[in-house]
Amino acid sequence: MNAITETPIPAVAADPWHGFSAGAWRDSIDLRGFIQENYTPFPGDAGFLAGPTARTQKLWADVAALLKLEREKGVLDVSADRPSTITAHDAGYIDREAELIVGLQTDAPLKRAIMPNGGLRMVETGLKAYGFTPDATVAEIWTKYRKSHNQGIFDTYSPDILAARKSGVITGLPDAYGRGRIIGDYRRVALYGIDRLKAAKLAEFHALDDAVFDEDTLRLREELSEQFRALEELREMARKYGIDLSGPASTAREAVQATYLGYLAAVKEQNGAAMSLGRVSTFLDVYFERDLAAGLLTEEAAQELIDDLVIKLRIIRFLRTPDYDELFSGDPTWVTEAIGGMSEDGRTLVSKTSFRVLQTLYNLGPAPEPNLTVLWSVSLPRGFKAFCAKVSKDTSAIQYENDDLMRPKWGDDYGIACCVSAMRIGKQMQFFGARANLAKALLYAINGGVDEKSGALVAKGLTPITGDVLDYDEVQAKFDLAMDWLARTYVKALNAIHYMHDKYAYERIEMALHDRDILRTMATGIAGLSIVADSLSAIKHAKVRVIRNDAGLAIDYAIEGDYPAFGNNDDRVDEIAVAVTEAFMAKIAAQPHFYRNAMPTQSILTITSNVVYGKKTGNTPDGRRAGEPFAPGANPMNGRDKKGFVAAGASVAKLPYEAALDGVSWTASATPGSMGHTEAEQVTNLANCLDGFCGAGGFHVNVNMLTREMLEDAMDHPEAYPQLTVRVSGYAVNFVKLTRAQQLDVISRTFHANM
Amino acid sequence: MTFLTPHPGFDTFCDPHEAACHGFLHSLESGAAVDGPGMRFVFFLSGCQFRCLYCHNPDTWKLHAGRRVAVEDLLAEVAPLASFLKFAGGVTFSGGEPMMQAAFVNATARALKDRFGLHIALDTQGHLHDRVSDDWFDPIDLVMLDIKHIDPARHLALTAQPLQPTLDCADRMVRLGKTMRIRYVLVPGWTDAPDEIARMADHVAGLGRAVELVEVLPFHQLGASKWAMLGHPYALAETPTPAPEVAEAARAVFRARGLVAC
Repeated sequence: MNAITETPIPAVAADPWHGFSAGAWRDSIDLRGFIQENYTPFPGDAGFLAGPTARTQKLWADVAALLKLEREKGVLDVSADRPSTITAHDAGYIDREAELIVGLQTDAPLKRAIMPNGGLRMVETGLKAYGFTPDATVAEIWTKYRKSHNQGIFDTYSPDILAARKSGVITGLPDAYGRGRIIGDYRRVALYGIDRLKAAKLAEFHALDDAVFDEDTLRLREELSEQFRALEELREMARKYGIDLSGPASTAREAVQATYLGYLAAVKEQNGAAMSLGRVSTFLDVYFERDLAAGLLTEEAAQELIDDLVIKLRIIRFLRTPDYDELFSGDPTWVTEAIGGMSEDGRTLVSKTSFRVLQTLYNLGPAPEPNLTVLWSVSLPRGFKAFCAKVSKDTSAIQYENDDLMRPKWGDDYGIACCVSAMRIGKQMQFFGARANLAKALLYAINGGVDEKSGALVAKGLTPITGDVLDYDEVQAKFDLAMDWLARTYVKALNAIHYMHDKYAYERIEMALHDRDILRTMATGIAGLSIVADSLSAIKHAKVRVIRNDAGLAIDYAIEGDYPAFGNNDDRVDEIAVAVTEAFMAKIAAQPHFYRNAMPTQSILTITSNVVYGKKTGNTPDGRRAGEPFAPGANPMNGRDKKGFVAAGASVAKLPYEAALDGVSWTASATPGSMGHTEAEQVTNLANCLDGFCGAGGFHVNVNMLTREMLEDAMDHPEAYPQLTVRVSGYAVNFVKLTRAQQLDVISRTFHANM
Repeated sequence: MTFLTPHPGFDTFCDPHEAACHGFLHSLESGAAVDGPGMRFVFFLSGCQFRCLYCHNPDTWKLHAGRRVAVEDLLAEVAPLASFLKFAGGVTFSGGEPMMQAAFVNATARALKDRFGLHIALDTQGHLHDRVSDDWFDPIDLVMLDIKHIDPARHLALTAQPLQPTLDCADRMVRLGKTMRIRYVLVPGWTDAPDEIARMADHVAGLGRAVELVEVLPFHQLGASKWAMLGHPYALAETPTPAPEVAEAARAVFRARGLVAC
């Protein structure tokens, strides 16, 4: 400090909110209001960023060594002796002296916790698969004394649901694992502190004292009490690390720490399918700006805090079964952080910390987690667009989603749960619904509900097609009935699942970081859209002959003539894809009941489960062979998008967001060389393509920038590519963690380069 | 030089099928980034009178191997992406040799220019340029001229056609004030002799400021399967692909003469 001036040196302010606006956010829990009144948009470029410090590099090297051990063993270690809770474990460290941001899920890095509330069998299968012994006491508790979410659901399932589940026409239901897809507003812990948050929950509770004590009210009151208790447990958890979360954070480091601890409590309590972080970058930037202005922080130190946070997010782990990992390809946690976007008032929400978060991909090297998601708008500052494009080109580790499409729907403080599901943070959650296999449903329409693989009757009440050549109108009519059956069965299952999840595996701390009254969505999903569209197109525009087995079951199809395929910007088939999307959404929405008055939505997203769906589905009328993977998400089928990826993107962009509010996912891949001669050209072309896709109404795109040689080499020498990240529909995975079949699939669909 | 007077055979040259409103299209690519500036919508037209030994698209040689399409068909392909292409790039006519279907290409290019105001590039070996009048080039913003070899005899051996018309085309583009990119495929044993590259570079440098870029394209073997499929003997089956540093060395030769090369 300059001691010569007469200006008195301000003492460190006792008020943690000093320098912040005097707005309404001070009086009620209002993160958006705080951000809007206090953040600093950053229109510049990446020139200010700092590289990793020696401390960061050392810490990351320690973690990398552990990650290597984990890759060899599958699971490094498990705390099998105790069910995880917010406070079940003592403090754990990577390197206590070196860490700037602390907190681990258990008492050691990469040591996984068990969470039997989701289902004991899942825990025991996971333990045995990786050579660990299930704990007898835990087993006794969850068989004799405590019921799990999984048990509750199977107490209620009906035969049609069980049959649909078994055949794979509905797959991936969160009935044996945590549903996830809930984003606690972890920023609240930093901005307000536990005392204030508890007081707010108490007020919400007492506001219902005179309400009619019906089932809804009673459930809510019980939940509020649990939330209140969970907040206290969060305080206790932080105390183990010597941190007092009672009041608001007063520095950038405290703000990062408190936000992370809020998140940590959630991942100690829940093994959710996706555990997003939310949208913390620009919130934290307010603290960074304040500390930088006060001279308390340098750019290097600011970057260090973000690097440290990201190191922690990279080692979030859950104990899962090999089956589960096959379904989701790898070991994903979907620690999704939404970055950028625009404010409703037209200012960009890009801040310097938006850049800093992306910079971690250079400072620590590429990685699939956290799942960095850029909310793209054509209005984003040029410097940020260029940096995103460069990071994509160099690391392939960013996904893009169309802020211009989502903002009008969800405002300017939404996050992304998992890969594509937008939700207002702290004000909205979803009931995750996995996916219905529409391609299989089409086969049920043809076979009268009999499964083409098992020969078992799955969908009752349908009649088969008996003609030798498929008639478009007849198939359409029968498919319509098959979708009716599917939607009915599907929503029944979801109602059962979420009723039981609330009852037996309630997300206490995540919901404590929500408002009391929130919007719930019932997020259904479809798989195989491009197969259905192509099949119907083949039936309409070519001639499709049915080949039946001795039992009269249609098991194959012979196509005579050509048909327009989805992904070529050809309305003759793209309109079919749009119609199918709208029809199934309408059938879902027409169901008589949604648990807790949830709003039904739909996604066209298969993550990487498209491989598993393919295995479970027989030959389809588009010419796809039995067992062949589906295209991921809303992608055209592999190799059928013959006009290049701009035309493919244009087809995908036609799918209406209104009929798929839970998201539409598209994976576009190219080699860097195919994007331009020079790096500057590649970056410009990529940014322009993103503008073009979003401008056309496209919702979501993953960008893969890879060489085939690189992927093939990685298959043979996984040890040389520990960090090779491949974006597949909605998610980035470690390529070397995929099965060989998945790797080959990724390679076959990764290259648009015209050869 | 023939281009100084309008070519008397312009109308009679045309293939009977090559009415202004119809042409033959081999394929299209909606998102190419290395066929002109920015993101290009590329029409690959069928038909070429060259028989380059290293051709990676021999399936485009025959005019009628393509699909018969109308100008309006091509416009309909571009229309949904026009606003994107307007800021991100433009349209490129490639092939095959687009000037084999000069009237059709011209009609399409003019319509694209009039209707959407798009940047238009022409990827050509220039051999047929003297069959069209100067105003044929009006809608073309950029000519990407392939010069296969700088030595006339080697050019003939490599492509089965004489070199001079291509060099004349380059001179004509200079006179018309067209921007050019020169494309040169580097084929080991055929086009990689240092003295030949130097002569090529001298010649290109002599074209002056009209040349904005020289693209040195390393030969690849990805077209081999097409030769096999078509049943043509493929003379370069054993030819290796040039090492990256060899291509870089060739670029350096152009750069040494003040050209931009990539």
